[in-house]
Amino acid sequence: MNDANQAAYGQTDPGRRWVNLLLGSGLVASIATFLYPAIRYIIPTEVAESTSRSVVAAKVTELKLNTGKIFKFGSKPALLIHSVAGDWKAFSAVCTHLNCTVQYRADRHDIWCACHNGVYDLSGRNVSGPPPRPLEEFEAHVQGEDVVVTRNA
Amino acid sequence: MPNLYRHILAWLDERFGTGSVEEFLRHKTVPQHRHSIWYFFGGMTLFLFVVQVLTGILLLLYYRPTPNDAYESVQYIVTQVRFGWLIRSVHSWSANLMVFTAFVHMFSVYFLKAYRKPRELTWITGMLLLFITMGFGFSGYLLPWNTLAFFATKVGTEMAGAVPFVGKWMLTFLRGGEEVTGATLTRFFGFHIAVLPGLATTLLAIHLLLVQHLGMSVPPGVERAIAEGREQARSMPFFPNFLLRDIIGWYAALGVLGALAAIFPWELGAKADPFTSAPAGIRPEWYFLFMFQALKLLPPKILFLEGEFAGLLGFSLAAAVWVVVPFLDHRAGFGRVTRFFTGLGVFVLGFMGVMSLLALR
Repeated sequence: MNDANQAAYGQTDPGRRWVNLLLGSGLVASIATFLYPAIRYIIPTEVAESTSRSVVAAKVTELKLNTGKIFKFGSKPALLIHSVAGDWKAFSAVCTHLNCTVQYRADRHDIWCACHNGVYDLSGRNVSGPPPRPLEEFEAHVQGEDVVVTRNA
Repeated sequence: MPNLYRHILAWLDERFGTGSVEEFLRHKTVPQHRHSIWYFFGGMTLFLFVVQVLTGILLLLYYRPTPNDAYESVQYIVTQVRFGWLIRSVHSWSANLMVFTAFVHMFSVYFLKAYRKPRELTWITGMLLLFITMGFGFSGYLLPWNTLAFFATKVGTEMAGAVPFVGKWMLTFLRGGEEVTGATLTRFFGFHIAVLPGLATTLLAIHLLLVQHLGMSVPPGVERAIAEGREQARSMPFFPNFLLRDIIGWYAALGVLGALAAIFPWELGAKADPFTSAPAGIRPEWYFLFMFQALKLLPPKILFLEGEFAGLLGFSLAAAVWVVVPFLDHRAGFGRVTRFFTGLGVFVLGFMGVMSLLALR
């Protein structure tokens, strides 16, 4: 039998078509089972978010008036500010634009992201540049010698 | 000696059919005309790629891809290892020159319409190689684990997260988690030394085979001048005449690389610390500056889209159009130059230039 005949036979013979279908779908299914573990492997398992709702961000004596400090809140950086007026303020330090870490600018009394020149005021509102949303604000209060920052539930 | 040489060739020919390659080389010619200089940039990019592979292998002997060791191991390479400073600086400089020559190659092919029929696939594989080159740059930038690289990676991968539906998945895939951490470094290292080199080598083989198979394109203007008898069709043998000229260029490039590495050694910066603010003056590598600047200028909201997403969408669409340009500019296939596509090229080049300059201000 030549190739053309064989191809025609494969297309017309119903038994042959069944066998092709079964073999084909078996092959596809087996390839899927080979790929599935590989795809699952590529995506890392999620690490549970730190559940701590409050953290000691700094000692009261550590920050002079009109300064800021980056501290670790859960797995992300956060910003503690001791304002000119003497208030303590705390925000997420993750810029809402593209994830950079913001800083307190003492000369302009605002919060600034160096990556794309985004500016927030001391309430965390995005006032200029590309950030689309305000910074998440945390509660900061003095407990003895410590400044404790708490995430609102 | 020549006898032994001929013997070996005959032996190989019997087993591989190398005679046909020899025959091919003997007849291969390169057209000669006023734009011939642009033919050298592809070969130069290839040469710099080879330099990257060799210096990259040397760096692998000492580099350690973990957040605790990466910075220190690069520091060790440039301060303790004999000629480590040279190897590392040549790798960085050659990377930058390679991106530059790849862009020159791409734009010269664009403006001389060398992408037109039947070289569509050469253009597409070339564009893919250019994207891979930028991927090499982006992934390699992080490996020394310094502050600049850390934040550049944060921003770059965050942009992937802005893609609808698959964004979150892509971001996790790239970072190896939700944040840029040691997991990201390990992944980027894998991309940089295994995944991308494999892809690049395969595409490069196809690209070079196509170039050999189709020969060099003659620009439409020159083609017309020859057809109308205003110019004589001239050419030179590829082997050895053109290749020797290539080699002179490569030799000069080695000298330039050595000089750049010695006079302007590549800086290492400060070690990355995930819990510091992004430093002032932060910016990505120069070939991403135009995107960086455009994103900086975009307002937070454009119509109903977030600014960063709108920007990303714009760049993706532009890149897609650029890749399929041989099919859009089908008149070029008949040797006709369409003003629109030349104008588009000038606009793109101008946009990239102006945005980059604005970012450097």
